[in-house]
Amino acid sequence: MAVLVSTTVNGDHAEFACEPNETLLDVLRNRLALTGVKEGCGTGDCGSCSVILDGRLVCSCLVLGIEAEGRKVETVEGMAHGAELHPLQTKFIEHAALQCGVCTPGFLMAAKALLEKNPDPSEEEIRFGLAGNLCRCTGYDKIVRAVQDAAKVMRGA
Amino acid sequence: MPLDASYHAKSFKSVGTRPLRPDGIDKVTGRAKYGADHNMPGHLVGLILRSPHAHAKIKRIDISKAEKLAGVKAVLTAADLPDLTNGDQGMFDILDNCMARTKVFYDGHAVAAVAAVDMATAKQALKLIKVDYQVLPHVTDVDEAVKPKAPLLHEKCFTEGGESKPKNPSNVAKITEFGHGDVEKGFAEADIVIERNFKTEQTHQGYIEPHACVASVSPDGTGELWVCTQGHFVYRNHCAMLLGMDVSKLRVTSSEIGGGFGGKTHVWMEPVALALSRKANRPVKIVMTREEVFRASGPTSATSIDVKIGIRKDGTITAGKAELRYASGPYLSMWGELGAMTSFACYDLKNVKTRGYEVLVNRPKSAAYRAPSAPMAAFAVESVIDELAKRIGKDPLEVRIQNAAKQGTRSSYGPVYGPIGIGPTLEAARKHPHMKAPLGKNQGRGYACGFWFNFGGQTCTDVNVGPDGTVTLTVGTVDVGGSRASLALCVAEELGIPYDQVKCTVADTGALGHNDMTDGSRGTFSSSMAGIFAARNTIEVLKERAAKMWEIPVSDVAWENGHAKAVGSKYGNLAPLSLKEIAAAAGNTGGPVAGHAEIVADGAGVSFATHICDVEVDPETGRSRVVRYTVIQDAGKAVHPTYVEGQYQGGAAQGIGWALNEEYIYGKDGRLQNPGFLDYRIPVCSDLPMIDTQILEIPNPNHPYGVRGVGETSIVPPIAAIANAVSNAFGVRMTHVPMSPPRVLKALEAAKKTKKA
Amino acid sequence: MQYAAPETTKAAVSLLAKAKGSAYVLAGGSDLLVRMKGGFIEPDLVVDIKRIKAMREVKKTASGFTIGAAVPCAELGENKALLKAWPGVVEAANLIGSKQVQGRCTMSGNLCNASPAADSVPALVAAGAKAVIQGPKGKRAVPVEQVPIGPGKTSLKKGELVESLVLPARKPRSGDAYLRFIPRSEMDIAVVSAAVNLSLDAKGVITDARVSLGAVAPTVLLVAAAARAIIGTKLDAAALDKLGAAASAACRPIDDKRGTIEFRTKVAAVLAQRAAKIAYQRAGGK
Ligand SMILES: Cc1cc2nc3c(=O)[nH]c(=O)nc-3n(C[C@H](O)[C@H](O)[C@H](O)COP(=O)(O)OP(=O)(O)OC[C@H]3O[C@@H](n4cnc5c(N)ncnc54)[C@H](O)[C@@H]3O)c2cc1C
Ligand code: FES
Ligand code: FES
Repeated sequence: MAVLVSTTVNGDHAEFACEPNETLLDVLRNRLALTGVKEGCGTGDCGSCSVILDGRLVCSCLVLGIEAEGRKVETVEGMAHGAELHPLQTKFIEHAALQCGVCTPGFLMAAKALLEKNPDPSEEEIRFGLAGNLCRCTGYDKIVRAVQDAAKVMRGA
Repeated sequence: MPLDASYHAKSFKSVGTRPLRPDGIDKVTGRAKYGADHNMPGHLVGLILRSPHAHAKIKRIDISKAEKLAGVKAVLTAADLPDLTNGDQGMFDILDNCMARTKVFYDGHAVAAVAAVDMATAKQALKLIKVDYQVLPHVTDVDEAVKPKAPLLHEKCFTEGGESKPKNPSNVAKITEFGHGDVEKGFAEADIVIERNFKTEQTHQGYIEPHACVASVSPDGTGELWVCTQGHFVYRNHCAMLLGMDVSKLRVTSSEIGGGFGGKTHVWMEPVALALSRKANRPVKIVMTREEVFRASGPTSATSIDVKIGIRKDGTITAGKAELRYASGPYLSMWGELGAMTSFACYDLKNVKTRGYEVLVNRPKSAAYRAPSAPMAAFAVESVIDELAKRIGKDPLEVRIQNAAKQGTRSSYGPVYGPIGIGPTLEAARKHPHMKAPLGKNQGRGYACGFWFNFGGQTCTDVNVGPDGTVTLTVGTVDVGGSRASLALCVAEELGIPYDQVKCTVADTGALGHNDMTDGSRGTFSSSMAGIFAARNTIEVLKERAAKMWEIPVSDVAWENGHAKAVGSKYGNLAPLSLKEIAAAAGNTGGPVAGHAEIVADGAGVSFATHICDVEVDPETGRSRVVRYTVIQDAGKAVHPTYVEGQYQGGAAQGIGWALNEEYIYGKDGRLQNPGFLDYRIPVCSDLPMIDTQILEIPNPNHPYGVRGVGETSIVPPIAAIANAVSNAFGVRMTHVPMSPPRVLKALEAAKKTKKA
Repeated sequence: MQYAAPETTKAAVSLLAKAKGSAYVLAGGSDLLVRMKGGFIEPDLVVDIKRIKAMREVKKTASGFTIGAAVPCAELGENKALLKAWPGVVEAANLIGSKQVQGRCTMSGNLCNASPAADSVPALVAAGAKAVIQGPKGKRAVPVEQVPIGPGKTSLKKGELVESLVLPARKPRSGDAYLRFIPRSEMDIAVVSAAVNLSLDAKGVITDARVSLGAVAPTVLLVAAAARAIIGTKLDAAALDKLGAAASAACRPIDDKRGTIEFRTKVAAVLAQRAAKIAYQRAGGK
């Protein structure tokens, strides 16, 4: 039996009906058409479904949709402010931190969560902070550089 | 105008710059649509039932209960995909792999499929399908499979290509041989000969996006397929043949692709989705789970390779020989052949002989994986060369330089090389600061070389000039990593206009003639060549239009820097006409301005790389960590250097994963035990250092701008480079990949014991 | 499947006790949802404990720390007092999965999932932690090592759940440490692991110690012989040798996709020694 869930997604009120065993990932993609949230594994191993739930980075494939009741969900779709990209988005493009780009939404969310906690991370902190996100195209080099550069911009340095 | 593909040195305006990619914003905002992001009205959910057995006869499949379940709209077995391949064995194998017919050949082999109104119903329907199997003995190991008493996959498989026709069937489907000279004579001339066996385990491309498609077939015989693929034209041709459809009535659109590396060059469940849709008369969407990707798409071969190389004390390699056994899954392929071709390609050898074996095993059908077959062969050969160099007391890098192939060398696989980059990459390595950097405790440095052919092939491209003078470049090669930017750069260069005036799009199969896959590093090479030709044809049209506007003969019009110019003093006061001006007037001068090119791109230009790597090993646990890594590779011409670097880095990272931890692990029951990213361990961010790159540019004589393929060679050297580094740190020779901690620890302990003894 | 998110422990217990069919507690879900997705379980009822306020807190009391069952591991790392008192437990909890998994997973879930490779469990066992269990028949506290009884099996009875984990108060000059072996640097399940918790006297001699090993037997092992090997010493080379030997001797591992018997047995010794050195240093030993 489907249940009605009322939540906030990217700052906007959202309501959806879902089965109790449906994951937040499926709800975001299939019921709210937020297909920027990607499924690479469905089991928590790749990070491409990363979203921020009440301020904490999580894999949306390991959250039930029904758990979002009354909570705040942030996805990649909510990262830019109008026409202005988030510095991480800008730097990812500038540094070619994406090749195929399917991992990118997850990395952006993870990097955002990382920089909110630690605005001036070392290379090692970035690498461990992003270890839950798999990228098979880039070898991570350009991703790490993009995050370093974005951190600098965000610190106003 | 005749199409002149030859290279002419020139100074570039656009090519070689680093503009932002055109699809960047879509990809950082979540707007880009990948395979699973597309929906069709009222689509059904398709699911595939897969064999739990490694090898079994299918005695009976009962779908009656599943068909009766409410919400199920179609249930399918091989009977719904009759053999229409007309004796084409390769296509029959693809069909049999998509849906098993009489036997299942591996854990994960498809046996039936359903389409239902939702996921829950589809899952329930799968459970209601009853398959009676007669389980057969299986073989998953490549060395076991070639033994005379091994369980046979195909009773009618008689080895092709051996010295004589065999009397008995076996799992060796084919043998191919390459080489020249007399290797026995060569070994007799050597001071030292080393012969060793090397094993590599099966790895997967590990693209992050699972296979996904949405298919729609109408009763009138037309169809549409949305799919993540490296080659939608090839998918179209294959699907049309397997379903008995007209090629032109099936329109295939390639989505943004979330990685492929060779694994998306082959149809897996797409024909099934189309067949389900045809049966249900509704669109059907199939998205593989990660587990399905591992169990039932196309990983690369596991191998066992015997290498024998002889060397003189002065460093000359006198002969090289290799027997290469590549497991290709249940069907004949060409992986052993490619291994045999690439194994000694870096060197100038008088005597060389290689034999590649295609070995059938109860594992999924092997597919291409970035420079397919070359990394394993390089691991074996580059390891032995390192060892030989040490035995004669020479620097392994110098021995490689001494024996490197050059222009005019007859390659080990036949052709004579033109200008090539192996020597220059080795020289660059010798001079690289990495070589002088001090090593820490428990660290070793290794290097290795790699080779890949690069492909060309059929390509069809359009250039269309819009009324405002902006240009649409329409290509049929899928963009796997930024090629839209690179191709737009080439066309902008040729037309003499700024990059941002050119927009490159990948067209569906209805919009262009056939294009081969984006594989073999051909995407940028061949589509840029076709794009340049299409631009040249466009320029001819632009010149004609300018001539009309000026009312002068077209022979007096030249094209320079994006402008038509009237040549000769008699036109002294005619101001040049910009592309924009000509485009604006096109309606009155003959209609839209366009240029096309249909080519078979030849001469992709072989590419070579040398890698340097530092590895640190924990002597108490056997855990290895790459602490510094440098890639030096010839690009011919780096159209967009940032993306070239990205290809170098990505390939190196995949090679590092292959070398250290990635492997398919099969249980005694022949079932895959690690079909997930938790236990199939691709490198994570904290596993790797920055990966330094150095791009060399030795122009390819067969491309107008000198471009070579760059996408693949970078995965070839890492395994050997890491093995050589471990050997240099601890004096142990690792011959079994991955060099996982238990294997390394065991080797270290054994070495300790022999030292004591 | 039914989903319930009660606001009190009592309500949760009553839901679980009354449930017909299969009922599961949902903490972070990082095991539960994976098993659901894989089709290994099809729960009839899932009781989400994250809306129970009391279970979301870490409390410092005179007798130690009480860690609510629904506290995600990421919060443990952010709790300075806890980190100072039990660095080994916190580092173990913070090794579980990724930052994403950290945002959800709990130590109680790690314990109740009953995997022999669970990262926080050896550290909890070495620490002498207790699990506070609530059930239809009331409350009981047991040493954590009594909760898992085999791979995937716990001693919890129908209707019972873990409400909190209690870490004892710290003696002066105490330290703990946890190390695991994984092939990558992150995102792996422990192939073998070791935790050491010890206290010193004023001279730096180890007065008491607990050593535990993970992934070398069906449940996490508390190895008394390994502890004895270092008690009364200043962790000199001889003591470390004995510790390593005792650790290896206690192993009863299996060969599987993650490691071999031989490898696990050898590396258990290495990790026990390395963890002991860190714990010793944390306790102020030199
Ligand atoms: C990608 C990934 C990586 C992982 N890496 C690691 C790792 O490195 N190390 C490691 O140890 N584990 C790892 N795990 C496993 C898992 O994250 C941990 O076991 C985690 O601690 C489980 O906690 P949870 O709160 O998410 O448990 P849940 O999934 O919510 O619950 C786990 C089990 O315990 C039961 N349960 C939970 N809470 C209670 C309670 N209070 N009382 C009674 N029963 C309860 C549940 O019903 C369920 O059966 C990983 C998992 C994933 C998906
Ligand atoms: S899809 Fe959620 S972690 Fe991979
Ligand atoms: S860019 Fe392709 S997976 Fe990261």
